[in-house]
Amino acid sequence: MSDHAGFFTSRLDEALGWARKFSIFQYPFVTACCGMEYMATACSHYDVDRFGAGLPRFSPRQADVLFVVGTISHKMAPVLVRIYEQMAEPKWVVSFGVCTCTGGFYDNYATVMGIDTIIPVDVYIPGCPPRPEYVLDGLLKLQAKIQAQHSSGQRPAAEIRPELERPVFD
Amino acid sequence: MNAASLIQAVKDRFPDGVKASHSYRGDATVIVGREFLLEVARTLKEDPAFQMSFLMDLTAVDFSTFGAKRSPAFFSNSGVAVSPSPEFPDEDPWPGPPVSHPSAGAALGAPASHPSAGAALGAPGPAHFVVVYHFYSLPLKHRLRLEVPVEEDDAEVDSLSSLWAGADWLEREVWDMFGIRFRGHQNLKRILMYEGFAGHPLRKDYPVNKRQPLIGPVN
Repeated sequence: MSDHAGFFTSRLDEALGWARKFSIFQYPFVTACCGMEYMATACSHYDVDRFGAGLPRFSPRQADVLFVVGTISHKMAPVLVRIYEQMAEPKWVVSFGVCTCTGGFYDNYATVMGIDTIIPVDVYIPGCPPRPEYVLDGLLKLQAKIQAQHSSGQRPAAEIRPELERPVFD
Repeated sequence: MNAASLIQAVKDRFPDGVKASHSYRGDATVIVGREFLLEVARTLKEDPAFQMSFLMDLTAVDFSTFGAKRSPAFFSNSGVAVSPSPEFPDEDPWPGPPVSHPSAGAALGAPASHPSAGAALGAPGPAHFVVVYHFYSLPLKHRLRLEVPVEEDDAEVDSLSSLWAGADWLEREVWDMFGIRFRGHQNLKRILMYEGFAGHPLRKDYPVNKRQPLIGPVN
């Protein structure tokens, strides 16, 4: 690949990423109490529309980002996977709340221990429930990830967390 | 009617059916044998003295491991009173879980069914399951709890869905969670768990780590 081709694809990727990250059509898969915090984030006080994500689509075929909001039970898991498969590429998944991230305080016969056991996840927003500021922080991280995505569909490497690299006892 | 007169009225109607009774903190509870359940329930609903028009709740308790482990200390120092305060003496305290087949002396007499007391006397232990019904009378504003002890090998009671339509789903839930069958129920199938789920998860012998996911790993 010549330098010119690399230059044009990288400029194209940048433009595509810029367009995509500010027109997030989200599909809210709301199953539990985190939905209240999701609504608080979406309403005028925190106004998720400032970040271009103000238009939830209630059809997965029209959505870019799957917001999984709330506890996912084993009975619900096949439905979630079907919704994910119905979404068109490119698509991203946000795990909203600690139950979707890890199962949260549930460890029982009914609950999926983190949706990343059944579908890929791009951004985790833990919290029980997460504050709207935290949700917006996760949304910004998702936007950064969308911006950095290659047009081939290859996603950027996971975010480096220097605070986790630091030794606990020094 | 208040708790004491309610219990007395049920006892008067069904001297053989009522095995025990108590009114812990003023909540009237009557323990009946399962062969009397349908008859007692119909009387509670239709008799003008009771008029229990509302089946508030229908659930079950698994007492098979009752008393095997101490309650967490959290409850004892959380500020919530777990034993009767001396300022408010309890006239008729909770006697412990109902025994499965109480002897004739314990049937109508004083409560003698606490597990430790029962073991000392050589009486049978607590019932494996207890099906619990909460009735409320909308016109007369009184409520009554009905408890029916059943055993694991023959976990079956009569269905009340012919009397209260609301019992339909509640009985399906009890079947789903505890595996107690309801004789006469028209559509006794799982309501919360999915088809293909093996076992009844709220039974104490269901392994707490057992997972049966439809898709994905057994986490």
